[in-house]
Amino acid sequence: MHDVKKINVMENIHDENDHIASHVNEDMTENGIFVMNVMGAPGVGKTTTLKNIIKNLEGLKPYVIEGDIESDIDTKDLRNLGITTFQINTFGACHLDAPLIHNSVQNIMFDEKGVLFIENIGNLVCPAEFSIGEHVKMLISTVTEGSDKPYKYPLAFENADIIIINKVDLIPYLDFDEDFFMKGVRALNKDVPVFKVSGKTGEGFKEVAAWIKEKAENIKATHHHHEHDHSHDGYEHSHAHHDHNHTHTHE
Amino acid sequence: MHEYPITEQIIKIAVKHAEDAGASRVKSIKLVVGDYSGFVGDSIQMYFDIISEGTKCEGAVVKIQHVKPKIKCTSCGELFERELLSFDCPKCGGQGEPTDIGKEFYIESIEVEE
Repeated sequence: MHDVKKINVMENIHDENDHIASHVNEDMTENGIFVMNVMGAPGVGKTTTLKNIIKNLEGLKPYVIEGDIESDIDTKDLRNLGITTFQINTFGACHLDAPLIHNSVQNIMFDEKGVLFIENIGNLVCPAEFSIGEHVKMLISTVTEGSDKPYKYPLAFENADIIIINKVDLIPYLDFDEDFFMKGVRALNKDVPVFKVSGKTGEGFKEVAAWIKEKAENIKATHHHHEHDHSHDGYEHSHAHHDHNHTHTHE
Repeated sequence: MHEYPITEQIIKIAVKHAEDAGASRVKSIKLVVGDYSGFVGDSIQMYFDIISEGTKCEGAVVKIQHVKPKIKCTSCGELFERELLSFDCPKCGGQGEPTDIGKEFYIESIEVEE
Protein backbone atom coordinates (compact mmCIF):
# COMPACT_ATOMS: atom_id res chain seq x y z
CA MET A 1 0.00 0.00 0.00
CA HIS A 2 1.15 3.48 -0.84
CA ASP A 3 0.61 6.36 1.52
CA VAL A 4 -1.91 8.85 0.26
CA LYS A 5 -1.33 12.47 1.12
CA LYS A 6 -3.55 15.48 0.56
CA ILE A 7 -1.96 18.66 -0.81
CA ASN A 8 -3.74 21.99 -0.70
CA VAL A 9 -3.42 23.68 -4.07
CA MET A 10 -5.84 26.65 -4.17
CA GLU A 11 -4.68 27.69 -7.58
CA ASN A 12 -6.94 29.40 -10.08
CA ILE A 13 -7.05 27.56 -13.37
CA HIS A 14 -7.11 30.83 -15.32
CA ASP A 15 -3.98 32.16 -13.60
CA GLU A 16 -1.61 31.43 -16.43
CA ASN A 17 -3.96 32.90 -19.03
CA ASP A 18 -4.42 36.02 -16.90
CA HIS A 19 -0.70 36.33 -16.37
CA ILE A 20 -0.02 36.26 -20.11
CA ALA A 21 -2.88 38.71 -20.62
CA SER A 22 -1.17 41.13 -18.24
CA HIS A 23 2.02 40.88 -20.26
CA VAL A 24 0.20 41.59 -23.50
CA ASN A 25 -1.54 44.52 -21.87
CA GLU A 26 1.71 46.00 -20.55
CA ASP A 27 3.44 45.64 -23.93
CA MET A 28 0.55 47.22 -25.78
CA THR A 29 0.31 50.06 -23.27
CA GLU A 30 4.02 50.80 -23.71
CA ASN A 31 3.47 50.99 -27.46
CA GLY A 32 0.56 53.38 -27.01
CA ILE A 33 -1.93 50.81 -28.25
CA PHE A 34 -5.35 50.76 -26.62
CA VAL A 35 -6.74 47.22 -26.80
CA MET A 36 -10.44 46.46 -27.09
CA ASN A 37 -11.87 42.96 -26.74
CA VAL A 38 -14.94 43.02 -28.97
CA MET A 39 -17.60 40.48 -28.05
CA GLY A 40 -21.07 39.62 -29.25
CA ALA A 41 -23.23 36.79 -30.56
CA PRO A 42 -22.95 35.76 -34.22
CA GLY A 43 -24.65 38.28 -36.49
CA VAL A 44 -24.77 41.27 -34.15
CA GLY A 45 -22.63 43.23 -36.59
CA LYS A 46 -19.22 43.08 -34.92
CA THR A 47 -17.25 43.75 -38.11
CA THR A 48 -19.74 46.38 -39.33
CA THR A 49 -19.52 48.10 -35.96
CA LEU A 50 -15.72 48.13 -36.15
CA LYS A 51 -15.81 49.62 -39.63
CA ASN A 52 -18.16 52.37 -38.47
CA ILE A 53 -16.12 53.14 -35.37
CA ILE A 54 -12.89 53.25 -37.38
CA LYS A 55 -14.44 55.75 -39.81
CA ASN A 56 -14.94 58.10 -36.89
CA LEU A 57 -11.59 57.50 -35.22
CA GLU A 58 -9.53 60.34 -36.73
CA GLY A 59 -6.07 60.70 -35.28
CA LEU A 60 -5.77 57.14 -34.03
CA LYS A 61 -4.53 54.30 -36.20
CA PRO A 62 -6.81 51.25 -36.15
CA TYR A 63 -5.45 47.71 -35.97
CA VAL A 64 -7.71 44.65 -36.05
CA ILE A 65 -7.30 41.03 -35.03
CA GLU A 66 -10.17 38.99 -36.45
CA GLY A 67 -11.03 35.87 -34.52
CA ASP A 68 -13.09 33.40 -36.48
CA ILE A 69 -13.73 29.73 -36.15
CA GLU A 70 -13.03 29.45 -39.87
CA SER A 71 -12.84 31.75 -42.90
CA ASP A 72 -11.27 35.15 -43.50
CA ILE A 73 -14.17 36.96 -45.14
CA ASP A 74 -14.20 39.73 -42.52
CA THR A 75 -10.44 40.15 -42.75
CA LYS A 76 -10.54 40.61 -46.53
CA ASP A 77 -13.33 43.11 -46.08
CA LEU A 78 -11.29 45.15 -43.59
CA ARG A 79 -8.06 44.92 -45.60
CA ASN A 80 -9.91 46.26 -48.63
CA LEU A 81 -10.51 49.38 -46.57
CA GLY A 82 -6.80 49.65 -45.87
CA ILE A 83 -7.07 48.54 -42.25
CA THR A 84 -4.17 46.51 -40.82
CA THR A 85 -5.86 43.23 -40.02
CA PHE A 86 -4.51 39.95 -38.68
CA GLN A 87 -6.57 36.78 -38.97
CA ILE A 88 -6.83 34.10 -36.30
CA ASN A 89 -8.76 30.92 -37.06
CA THR A 90 -9.49 28.85 -33.98
CA PHE A 91 -10.86 25.86 -35.93
CA GLY A 92 -13.58 25.04 -33.47
CA ALA A 93 -12.46 26.78 -30.31
CA CYS A 94 -15.15 28.99 -28.86
CA HIS A 95 -13.06 31.92 -27.65
CA LEU A 96 -9.71 33.65 -28.01
CA ASP A 97 -7.25 33.33 -25.16
CA ALA A 98 -4.22 35.28 -24.04
CA PRO A 99 -1.52 32.95 -25.48
CA LEU A 100 -3.17 33.21 -28.92
CA ILE A 101 -3.19 37.00 -28.75
CA HIS A 102 0.34 37.07 -27.34
CA ASN A 103 1.51 35.24 -30.48
CA SER A 104 -0.67 37.24 -32.85
CA VAL A 105 0.54 40.67 -31.77
CA GLN A 106 4.10 39.63 -32.71
CA ASN A 107 2.89 39.60 -36.32
CA ILE A 108 1.58 43.14 -36.35
CA MET A 109 3.71 46.22 -36.93
CA PHE A 110 2.52 48.77 -34.43
CA ASP A 111 4.18 51.72 -36.12
CA GLU A 112 1.83 54.35 -34.73
CA LYS A 113 -0.19 54.89 -31.60
CA GLY A 114 -3.72 53.68 -31.98
CA VAL A 115 -6.43 51.21 -31.11
CA LEU A 116 -6.23 47.43 -31.50
CA PHE A 117 -9.69 45.92 -31.91
CA ILE A 118 -9.73 42.21 -31.24
CA GLU A 119 -12.90 40.72 -32.65
CA ASN A 120 -13.61 37.70 -30.51
CA ILE A 121 -15.49 34.57 -31.59
CA GLY A 122 -19.25 35.11 -31.93
CA ASN A 123 -20.39 33.66 -28.64
CA LEU A 124 -21.74 35.23 -25.46
CA VAL A 125 -20.49 32.66 -23.00
CA CYS A 126 -16.83 31.67 -23.26
CA PRO A 127 -15.20 34.93 -24.45
CA ALA A 128 -16.47 36.71 -21.33
CA GLU A 129 -14.31 34.49 -19.12
CA PHE A 130 -10.95 34.91 -20.76
CA SER A 131 -8.82 38.01 -20.54
CA ILE A 132 -6.79 38.50 -23.69
CA GLY A 133 -4.80 41.57 -22.69
CA GLU A 134 -7.52 44.11 -23.36
CA HIS A 135 -7.90 47.50 -21.74
CA VAL A 136 -11.67 47.29 -22.16
CA LYS A 137 -14.27 44.75 -23.15
CA MET A 138 -16.83 46.01 -25.64
CA LEU A 139 -20.05 44.04 -25.80
CA ILE A 140 -22.23 44.40 -28.87
CA SER A 141 -25.87 43.50 -28.43
CA THR A 142 -28.76 44.16 -30.79
CA VAL A 143 -32.45 44.97 -30.61
CA THR A 144 -33.11 41.93 -32.79
CA GLU A 145 -31.72 39.50 -30.21
CA GLY A 146 -34.45 40.38 -27.74
CA SER A 147 -34.40 42.24 -24.46
CA ASP A 148 -33.72 39.21 -22.25
CA LYS A 149 -30.03 38.88 -23.13
CA PRO A 150 -28.62 40.45 -19.92
CA TYR A 151 -30.69 37.93 -17.96
CA LYS A 152 -29.53 34.98 -20.02
CA TYR A 153 -25.86 35.88 -20.40
CA PRO A 154 -25.16 37.86 -17.23
CA LEU A 155 -21.39 37.45 -17.21
CA ALA A 156 -20.93 39.07 -20.62
CA PHE A 157 -22.92 42.12 -19.48
CA GLU A 158 -21.33 42.23 -16.04
CA ASN A 159 -17.80 42.24 -17.44
CA ALA A 160 -18.41 44.76 -20.23
CA ASP A 161 -16.76 48.18 -20.03
CA ILE A 162 -18.86 49.55 -22.87
CA ILE A 163 -22.09 48.19 -24.35
CA ILE A 164 -23.29 48.88 -27.88
CA ILE A 165 -26.91 48.28 -28.88
CA ASN A 166 -26.85 47.85 -32.64
CA LYS A 167 -29.61 47.83 -35.27
CA VAL A 168 -31.71 50.48 -33.50
CA ASP A 169 -33.14 51.47 -36.89
CA LEU A 170 -35.22 48.26 -36.60
CA ILE A 171 -36.92 49.23 -33.32
CA PRO A 172 -40.22 50.22 -35.03
CA TYR A 173 -40.56 46.68 -36.39
CA LEU A 174 -39.74 44.82 -33.19
CA ASP A 175 -40.99 44.30 -29.66
CA PHE A 176 -37.68 45.19 -28.05
CA ASP A 177 -38.40 46.11 -24.42
CA GLU A 178 -35.66 48.63 -23.74
CA ASP A 179 -36.67 49.22 -20.10
CA PHE A 180 -36.44 45.52 -19.31
CA PHE A 181 -33.13 45.26 -21.15
CA MET A 182 -31.66 48.25 -19.31
CA LYS A 183 -32.98 47.05 -15.94
CA GLY A 184 -30.94 43.89 -16.45
CA VAL A 185 -27.88 45.80 -17.64
CA ARG A 186 -27.99 48.15 -14.64
CA ALA A 187 -28.44 45.31 -12.14
CA LEU A 188 -25.27 43.72 -13.48
CA ASN A 189 -23.21 46.75 -14.32
CA LYS A 190 -24.26 50.02 -12.67
CA ASP A 191 -22.11 52.51 -14.54
CA VAL A 192 -21.31 50.94 -17.89
CA PRO A 193 -21.82 53.36 -20.79
CA VAL A 194 -24.46 52.15 -23.26
CA PHE A 195 -24.54 53.48 -26.82
CA LYS A 196 -27.33 52.96 -29.33
CA VAL A 197 -26.12 52.66 -32.90
CA SER A 198 -27.22 51.58 -36.32
CA GLY A 199 -24.80 49.99 -38.74
CA LYS A 200 -27.38 50.70 -41.42
CA THR A 201 -27.77 54.45 -40.93
CA GLY A 202 -24.42 55.11 -39.24
CA GLU A 203 -26.03 56.87 -36.28
CA GLY A 204 -24.40 56.74 -32.87
CA PHE A 205 -20.86 55.81 -33.91
CA LYS A 206 -19.40 59.30 -33.46
CA GLU A 207 -20.25 59.08 -29.78
CA VAL A 208 -18.73 55.60 -29.46
CA ALA A 209 -15.55 56.73 -31.22
CA ALA A 210 -15.32 59.77 -28.94
CA TRP A 211 -15.56 57.51 -25.88
CA ILE A 212 -12.80 55.26 -27.24
CA LYS A 213 -10.57 58.23 -28.12
CA GLU A 214 -10.90 59.65 -24.65
CA LYS A 215 -9.90 56.30 -23.12
CA ALA A 216 -7.13 55.67 -25.64
CA GLU A 217 -5.56 59.05 -24.97
CA ASN A 218 -5.43 58.31 -21.24
CA ILE A 219 -4.18 54.77 -21.70
CA LYS A 220 -3.15 52.92 -18.55
CA ALA A 221 -2.12 49.31 -18.09
CA THR A 222 -4.90 47.14 -16.75
CA HIS A 223 -4.29 44.61 -14.07
CA HIS A 224 -5.85 41.36 -15.04
CA HIS A 225 -4.64 39.51 -12.02
CA HIS A 226 -8.08 39.40 -10.51
CA GLU A 227 -11.05 39.81 -12.76
CA HIS A 228 -13.68 39.96 -10.08
CA ASP A 229 -12.31 42.44 -7.65
CA HIS A 230 -15.59 43.95 -6.52
CA SER A 231 -15.26 44.51 -2.85
CA HIS A 232 -18.50 43.22 -1.45
CA ASP A 233 -18.62 43.06 2.26
CA GLY A 234 -20.73 40.81 4.37
CA TYR A 235 -19.52 37.50 3.05
CA GLU A 236 -16.36 35.69 2.36
CA HIS A 237 -15.73 35.11 -1.26
CA SER A 238 -13.96 31.95 -2.06
CA HIS A 239 -11.86 32.92 -5.05
CA ALA A 240 -8.57 31.20 -5.13
CA HIS A 241 -5.73 33.64 -5.12
CA HIS A 242 -2.52 33.37 -6.95
CA ASP A 243 0.58 31.62 -6.16
CA HIS A 244 3.12 33.93 -7.68
CA ASN A 245 6.03 31.67 -7.00
CA HIS A 246 5.53 29.69 -10.14
CA THR A 247 7.65 30.43 -13.14
CA HIS A 248 6.17 31.21 -16.50
CA THR A 249 7.35 29.68 -19.66
CA HIS A 250 5.15 31.19 -22.30
CA GLU A 251 7.88 32.95 -24.23
CA MET B 1 -16.49 23.81 -25.54
CA HIS B 2 -13.14 24.86 -24.12
CA GLU B 3 -12.70 21.88 -21.85
CA TYR B 4 -9.65 20.61 -23.70
CA PRO B 5 -7.22 23.49 -23.02
CA ILE B 6 -8.65 23.93 -19.55
CA THR B 7 -8.09 20.25 -18.77
CA GLU B 8 -4.49 20.57 -19.95
CA GLN B 9 -4.07 23.46 -17.54
CA ILE B 10 -5.56 21.45 -14.66
CA ILE B 11 -3.13 18.60 -15.32
CA LYS B 12 -0.21 21.02 -15.53
CA ILE B 13 -1.04 22.55 -12.15
CA ALA B 14 -1.64 19.17 -10.50
CA VAL B 15 1.60 17.70 -11.87
CA LYS B 16 3.56 20.71 -10.66
CA HIS B 17 2.21 20.38 -7.14
CA ALA B 18 2.76 16.62 -7.12
CA GLU B 19 6.37 17.09 -8.23
CA ASP B 20 6.97 19.78 -5.65
CA ALA B 21 5.81 17.29 -3.02
CA GLY B 22 7.98 14.51 -4.47
CA ALA B 23 4.90 12.35 -5.06
CA SER B 24 4.89 9.46 -7.50
CA ARG B 25 1.37 9.96 -8.78
CA VAL B 26 -1.81 11.95 -8.38
CA LYS B 27 -4.79 9.93 -7.15
CA SER B 28 -7.47 12.59 -7.22
CA ILE B 29 -8.00 16.25 -7.98
CA LYS B 30 -10.64 18.37 -6.30
CA LEU B 31 -11.96 21.25 -8.39
CA VAL B 32 -14.26 24.02 -7.24
CA VAL B 33 -16.33 25.17 -10.19
CA GLY B 34 -18.89 27.95 -10.14
CA ASP B 35 -21.73 27.53 -12.60
CA TYR B 36 -20.79 30.86 -14.20
CA SER B 37 -17.37 29.54 -15.11
CA GLY B 38 -18.93 28.10 -18.27
CA PHE B 39 -17.07 24.90 -17.64
CA VAL B 40 -19.00 21.75 -18.45
CA GLY B 41 -17.90 19.39 -15.74
CA ASP B 42 -19.46 16.30 -17.21
CA SER B 43 -17.00 16.02 -20.03
CA ILE B 44 -13.90 16.67 -18.02
CA GLN B 45 -13.12 13.14 -16.87
CA MET B 46 -13.19 11.99 -20.49
CA TYR B 47 -10.74 14.68 -21.61
CA PHE B 48 -8.74 14.15 -18.50
CA ASP B 49 -8.24 10.43 -19.08
CA ILE B 50 -6.93 11.10 -22.58
CA ILE B 51 -4.73 14.10 -21.86
CA SER B 52 -3.26 12.75 -18.63
CA GLU B 53 -1.90 9.59 -20.26
CA GLY B 54 1.77 9.26 -19.50
CA THR B 55 1.74 11.97 -16.81
CA LYS B 56 1.65 11.70 -13.02
CA CYS B 57 -2.09 12.34 -13.32
CA GLU B 58 -2.83 9.22 -15.33
CA GLY B 59 -5.70 7.32 -13.71
CA ALA B 60 -6.58 10.11 -11.30
CA VAL B 61 -10.20 10.83 -10.43
CA VAL B 62 -11.50 14.36 -10.90
CA LYS B 63 -13.96 15.45 -8.22
CA ILE B 64 -15.95 18.58 -8.86
CA GLN B 65 -17.64 20.72 -6.26
CA HIS B 66 -20.20 22.86 -8.08
CA VAL B 67 -21.16 26.28 -6.77
CA LYS B 68 -24.48 27.89 -7.65
CA PRO B 69 -24.22 31.60 -8.48
CA LYS B 70 -25.66 33.97 -5.90
CA ILE B 71 -26.40 37.63 -6.15
CA LYS B 72 -26.80 40.11 -3.32
CA CYS B 73 -29.70 42.46 -2.67
CA THR B 74 -28.60 46.09 -2.68
CA SER B 75 -31.46 46.96 -0.29
CA CYS B 76 -31.49 44.26 2.38
CA GLY B 77 -28.21 42.45 1.78
CA GLU B 78 -29.82 39.05 1.23
CA LEU B 79 -27.72 36.60 -0.79
CA PHE B 80 -29.91 34.64 -3.17
CA GLU B 81 -30.04 32.46 -6.26
CA ARG B 82 -31.86 34.47 -8.86
CA GLU B 83 -34.88 33.45 -10.90
CA LEU B 84 -34.45 33.30 -14.64
CA LEU B 85 -35.20 36.71 -16.21
CA SER B 86 -34.98 38.58 -12.91
CA PHE B 87 -32.39 40.08 -10.57
CA ASP B 88 -34.97 41.03 -7.93
CA CYS B 89 -34.61 39.98 -4.31
CA PRO B 90 -37.14 37.29 -3.29
CA LYS B 91 -37.25 38.73 0.25
CA CYS B 92 -37.75 42.47 -0.22
CA GLY B 93 -38.07 42.99 -3.99
CA GLY B 94 -34.89 45.10 -4.07
CA GLN B 95 -32.38 44.85 -6.87
CA GLY B 96 -29.68 42.23 -6.72
CA GLU B 97 -26.10 42.85 -7.77
CA PRO B 98 -23.42 40.37 -8.85
CA THR B 99 -21.08 38.69 -6.39
CA ASP B 100 -18.13 36.37 -6.88
CA ILE B 101 -20.18 33.38 -5.72
CA GLY B 102 -20.59 31.11 -8.72
CA LYS B 103 -17.46 32.27 -10.54
CA GLU B 104 -15.03 30.00 -8.72
CA PHE B 105 -12.68 28.03 -10.88
CA TYR B 106 -9.76 26.59 -9.02
CA ILE B 107 -8.05 23.43 -7.87
CA GLU B 108 -8.66 23.15 -4.18
CA SER B 109 -6.48 20.15 -3.44
CA ILE B 110 -4.99 16.98 -4.81
CA GLU B 111 -4.40 13.59 -3.25
CA VAL B 112 -1.07 12.04 -4.10
CA GLU B 113 0.80 8.83 -3.46
CA GLU B 114 4.22 9.20 -1.95
